[in-house]
Amino acid sequence: MSGVEEPIILLGRNDIEKLLSRHLCAGLIGFRRFRDCGVVEGQEHIVAERRTIVIDPVTRIEGHSKITLHLNEEGQVYDAQFHVTQFRGFEKFCEGRPFSEMPALMARICGICPVSHLIASAKACDALLAVRIPPTADKLRRIFGLAQVVQSHALSLFHLSSPDILLGMDADPAKSNIFGVLEKNPQLAKDGIALRKFGQQIIERLGGKRIHPAWVVPGGVSDPLTADDRDAILKTIPDALAIAERSIVWLKGTIEGFRQEIASFGNFPTLFMGIVKPDGGLTFYDGKIRFVDASGTLVAKDLDPADYQEFLGEKVEPWSYLKSTYYKPKGYSEGVYRVGPLARLNVADRCGTPRADQELAEFQELQRTAVLSSFHYHHARLIEILYCIERMESLLNDPEILDKHVRAIAKANALEGVGAAEAPRGTLFHHYKIDEQGLIRWANLVIATGQNNLAMNKSVLQVAKHYVKGEKITHGMLNRVEAVIRAYDPCLSCSTHAAGQMALQIQLLSPDGAVLDEVVRN
Amino acid sequence: MSPTNVVKPGTKPVQPASNVKTLQIDGKDFSARPEETILDVARQNKIFIPRLCELEGLSDVGACRLCLVEVKGSNKLLPACVTRVYEGMEVTTNSPRLAAYRRMIIELLFTERNHICSVCVSNGHCDLQWMAQKLGLTHVHFPYRYPKANVDASHERFVIDHNRCILCTRCVRVCDEIEGAHVWDVMGRGIDAKVVTDLNEAWGNSETCTSCGKCVHVCPTGALSEKGHAVAEMEKRRHFLPYLTMMRESQE
Repeated sequence: MSGVEEPIILLGRNDIEKLLSRHLCAGLIGFRRFRDCGVVEGQEHIVAERRTIVIDPVTRIEGHSKITLHLNEEGQVYDAQFHVTQFRGFEKFCEGRPFSEMPALMARICGICPVSHLIASAKACDALLAVRIPPTADKLRRIFGLAQVVQSHALSLFHLSSPDILLGMDADPAKSNIFGVLEKNPQLAKDGIALRKFGQQIIERLGGKRIHPAWVVPGGVSDPLTADDRDAILKTIPDALAIAERSIVWLKGTIEGFRQEIASFGNFPTLFMGIVKPDGGLTFYDGKIRFVDASGTLVAKDLDPADYQEFLGEKVEPWSYLKSTYYKPKGYSEGVYRVGPLARLNVADRCGTPRADQELAEFQELQRTAVLSSFHYHHARLIEILYCIERMESLLNDPEILDKHVRAIAKANALEGVGAAEAPRGTLFHHYKIDEQGLIRWANLVIATGQNNLAMNKSVLQVAKHYVKGEKITHGMLNRVEAVIRAYDPCLSCSTHAAGQMALQIQLLSPDGAVLDEVVRN
Repeated sequence: MSPTNVVKPGTKPVQPASNVKTLQIDGKDFSARPEETILDVARQNKIFIPRLCELEGLSDVGACRLCLVEVKGSNKLLPACVTRVYEGMEVTTNSPRLAAYRRMIIELLFTERNHICSVCVSNGHCDLQWMAQKLGLTHVHFPYRYPKANVDASHERFVIDHNRCILCTRCVRVCDEIEGAHVWDVMGRGIDAKVVTDLNEAWGNSETCTSCGKCVHVCPTGALSEKGHAVAEMEKRRHFLPYLTMMRESQE
């Protein structure tokens, strides 16, 4: 009924949750159906025959989230949201801690990419010490970071997304996992597991353990590399390279079958951001920031990551714990940009290693402009894996790599420091302010997933509009909505640190889209 | 007459043999001098009694209560570090009851402040952590208190993190008894007790502190640490203490 004029008493968040969960179907991917309703003096009014589909939880991603799809009377999606429902709060509870603890403390943010947080945090601490770290420490940190990109990308592509690619988007959810892949294509599953192991073992050899190593410290790394460990790592490189080569051939062979998905999976113009070397080459550790637009034209270059606040804005939306980051000069709605493998390959002129450069050339042929479809994140991931393995090999063969001088010792010489690096999922910033005693007074983390937030939301809407239609909602439709999220490989545990109470907004909409009532809690 | 029984003129006679006390620990017979404690005897005979506040070279205060033992004839548990031996004493150093109490004490230590091993400078080199593992602690059954405790990093070289302090008072004793500076003391009562430098002033402003670092190295946890250490890097060096004490005593 569109004629409801009386303000309707709104349900509390808990009531809505209860209402929703009553309609939750069993299984990993349930979708709920309920009618927007309000209660006036115990009377239920049907406001509109519209439906909301909630995918909760989104599966095969890292962290907790849900997706809400809003359907109109014709059963067409008119709005969609990707809600991040978890909250971590590292920015707040590190306050008061000595800055020297920060790298290991921040590494606890994530079990998949602790190394990225270690590196970005240690770089911010290097800035607090105001030292230049020994060259060997710099190279060792690079290897450490590259090893992590390999294992994290392998996890994302093989463990989480390969079921969609190999078994199809409409596959039985019970089979859509790494075991299903193992059944259908054992070699592929084994390759993925081996590749992740390869990366994890390098991390273990360098840092002492695979998850949350504390080896990266302010001023460098805590222990030098031994010749035995170097040789052991070098021995594993040829196999890893072979796997990467095989996997790239496999993935390229599947692309033809996903024309529709490629066209609708976040295929829209946005900016792309990434750190590049001074010569424009791909890097994960250090460099200047570049922005390119959808046509592949440079929008900004040589931006210092330490000045990120000048060109990046952060906004909190009431329906998610995840901050949305945007390119300031273009404003909130126009400044949507993407980071991560796709963005890095769009901003970089070259990889700088022979095999990866060949693949990059082919990748750039996918689209005359920048490669826009987020479906190609997967492809980009594999090219990056190739680059990482090649790059690690050359770093390990550097005669300087066994040097024992790997740590610069200093007291805090600056009260503010920014550290940035390319994490597997995109550019990562750690920004700290300390007092004279060296205790953290303020911290801000800008995480790749937050930077992709706006693009992810737009992608969810695009996919949902394209696939979710009609009276009967199928698993395949909804799985595609999830699959586009998986393409970004979001890490929600990494990215949810905005402090304070979650703002809550409830809107009551009539079928013509008019806001009948709204309650906002900030 | 054998030479050992000859008492030289001007020297003290050897203590008569009747002053030796005999006692049983865990069913085994031992002998001890009357001024010795149960813990002294146990230590000499390699019997493990857990403790956190006790440190060889410092006086004993019985603060941590981990060394509680059962003594026959007493319905109270007695702290081994400050209980003198007596003739015919029968001591039990380990029983299910003692093990349960000891675990409970460790659990309460963990709940009292914010001991977060994974991000602590002393992770892997911590007496509290080691003891918890040794005593088979797997869970904490009490609610955590999460007190708001501060970190004082005003000293040029050292940091005190009250989140990790277990009030063992090793720092207080080493500073008073060995260094002779008495910078550290305890203020407040009960749950509000905390160690302070001088009269609860910032450590960096302390006029009495000699910056010798003994307190840092006797501290069993990450409460006292050297500045600039990353997580798990703070290793304590304590071997100096018994030698220092020995040298002092031999000079007296």
